[in-house]
Amino acid sequence: MPRYFSEEHEWIEVDGDSATIGITDYAQGQLGDIVFVEVPAAGATVAKGKEAAVVESVKAASDVYAPVSGTVIEGNAALEDDPALVNTAPEGDGWFFKLTIADKGELDGLMDEVKYKAFVASL
Amino acid sequence: MNAPNTSGWKPGTPDAPTGESGIVTVTGNRGLMLEEPLIFEIGGADTCGVDLPEPSGGADRLGGLARSEPFGLPGLSEPETVRHYTRLSRQNYAIDCGIFPLGSCTMKHNPRLNEKVARMPGFGDLHPLQPESTVQGALAVIDELAHWLLALTGMHSVAMSPKAGAHGELCGILCIRAALEARGDARSVILVPESAHGTNPATAAFAGYQVENIPATPEGRVDLAALKARLGSDVAAVMITNPNTCGLFEREMKAISDAVHAAGALVYCDGANFNAIVGRVRPGDLGIDAMHINLHKTFSTPHGGGGPGSGPVVLSEALAPFAPLPFVRKVAGGFELIEEEDGVAAAPHSFGRMAAFNGQMGMFTRALAYILSHGADGLRQVSGDAVLGANYILRSLQDVLDAPFGKTGPCMHEALFSDRGFAEGVATLDLAKALIDEGFHPMTMYFPLVVHGAMLVEPTECESKASLDQFIMALRSIAERARAGDESLHQAPQLAPRRRLDETRAARQPVLAYEVGG
Repeated sequence: MPRYFSEEHEWIEVDGDSATIGITDYAQGQLGDIVFVEVPAAGATVAKGKEAAVVESVKAASDVYAPVSGTVIEGNAALEDDPALVNTAPEGDGWFFKLTIADKGELDGLMDEVKYKAFVASL
Repeated sequence: MNAPNTSGWKPGTPDAPTGESGIVTVTGNRGLMLEEPLIFEIGGADTCGVDLPEPSGGADRLGGLARSEPFGLPGLSEPETVRHYTRLSRQNYAIDCGIFPLGSCTMKHNPRLNEKVARMPGFGDLHPLQPESTVQGALAVIDELAHWLLALTGMHSVAMSPKAGAHGELCGILCIRAALEARGDARSVILVPESAHGTNPATAAFAGYQVENIPATPEGRVDLAALKARLGSDVAAVMITNPNTCGLFEREMKAISDAVHAAGALVYCDGANFNAIVGRVRPGDLGIDAMHINLHKTFSTPHGGGGPGSGPVVLSEALAPFAPLPFVRKVAGGFELIEEEDGVAAAPHSFGRMAAFNGQMGMFTRALAYILSHGADGLRQVSGDAVLGANYILRSLQDVLDAPFGKTGPCMHEALFSDRGFAEGVATLDLAKALIDEGFHPMTMYFPLVVHGAMLVEPTECESKASLDQFIMALRSIAERARAGDESLHQAPQLAPRRRLDETRAARQPVLAYEVGG
């Protein structure tokens, strides 16, 4: 399944019309120990580039932006009890939410893994 | 999460040799620094600090509802109680112990004269429900302080009742919302630059607005072009901190205000950093519509150094009619308080009440004592000395600590450093903890967010050159260790009453209750 990345350090894995979204390993490394995550509820609509979730570490609280617009299918309930999943498996079990993509054309502006790695290296 | 502490685990209980000597004592005490348990662990039901006679005079009126089970409060004699809190206080650090370089906090000395004045019976023994005729002196203090605040800021009016900085922000934003709604132009967005205080976006969101960021320039100031590009009919206000959290004065403030006003929006200024410009810059001249003043920063009595917060908000003429109740008004022969019961006629556009009673009276007396004892020339010297002290730190350390905005000119009241140049694996947190071993309270860390591993140092005007030199010497030594990759920094603090606390565990699994026998 294709995986894309945003400049805000979110990843999105596309599966047909739906997608799973989380933050990248680089992002969790910058944030440090994650102590709280707030994910959107099923049914919520999110807009590309707007806040969709909140992540809080011992250093800072940050917004997580939706890389594409859509309707939330599920927030990752496991993060409520175990926010550390974002540190240990940011691009796996530490996913934030799944959504139905409103417009797959919005994926065009995102980076693939090679481009994202180059982007991170440039920071 | 509110799990009782059944594990017996205590934060950072020393498990390593106590300091360089490696001596471990049987008591846990270290010399005359005494280890102190929780009060629940030392108090018992069989001890009581007071000796009251059994009640007499007939039956109680509790109707059989008198408590039959023990309270569970710890019983201690008076000397035991005094010792408990005195021992705890000796593990603390306060502005009365030494420099408190928390950036963005203005932790200045609280002159003892303030305390003397605040405790005068005519102020200290007042009750907020006393008849107006018996509190004329207190109302005169509020009125006199208000006049000073207006003179120093060049603004039209001031709302005295907000209880702290963020409360003042909310007051200002509610005034802005009321003013916009009064002209039938409710708007939805508040713009907040990256260099603003963290409470600003929280205030805007709390007041029901969408928050959008405005980027900073590479020089650490508001990007005026980006701001202008975003302004539009949906923008209610811009919340800007000046001097900003990079310790820099927003030189284009007047242009920013003009652009914001041209777009029909209003300008809120976070005045928490007013200490840097007091007596030199009047926010009213910069086109600001509302600004809170942290009496407890700019005019002494910081956190833990005297009293609670107090955040009066100065307002432009456009916002003045919407100020909250109550307020003091001068009338023939004295002063009166305008309250809700005075009706619509007295304050037809006020957005209402934000706090019980009239504000932080104790802070008003302290702030006025501070202002009057300094005088206008003294206040001007305060800001000059505060800026001088910060620049002395900035320039004294810029060869060992990266000062991201140090090349473009002087800073204002606080010096900002980044972690650039530290050896791999050494973080700002390590450096801050090592400062504790050297006997200093650490600076503000990881704020502002626009600077990686930020360290924000605000000495205030109260530190002598000798005090600044001592702090600089300690920080220089630690910075050199950080650059060299000294592994022992990860162990700091090694000499404090508690070792490094597990902040992650404290946030993920907070233990917020003590369970008897747990």
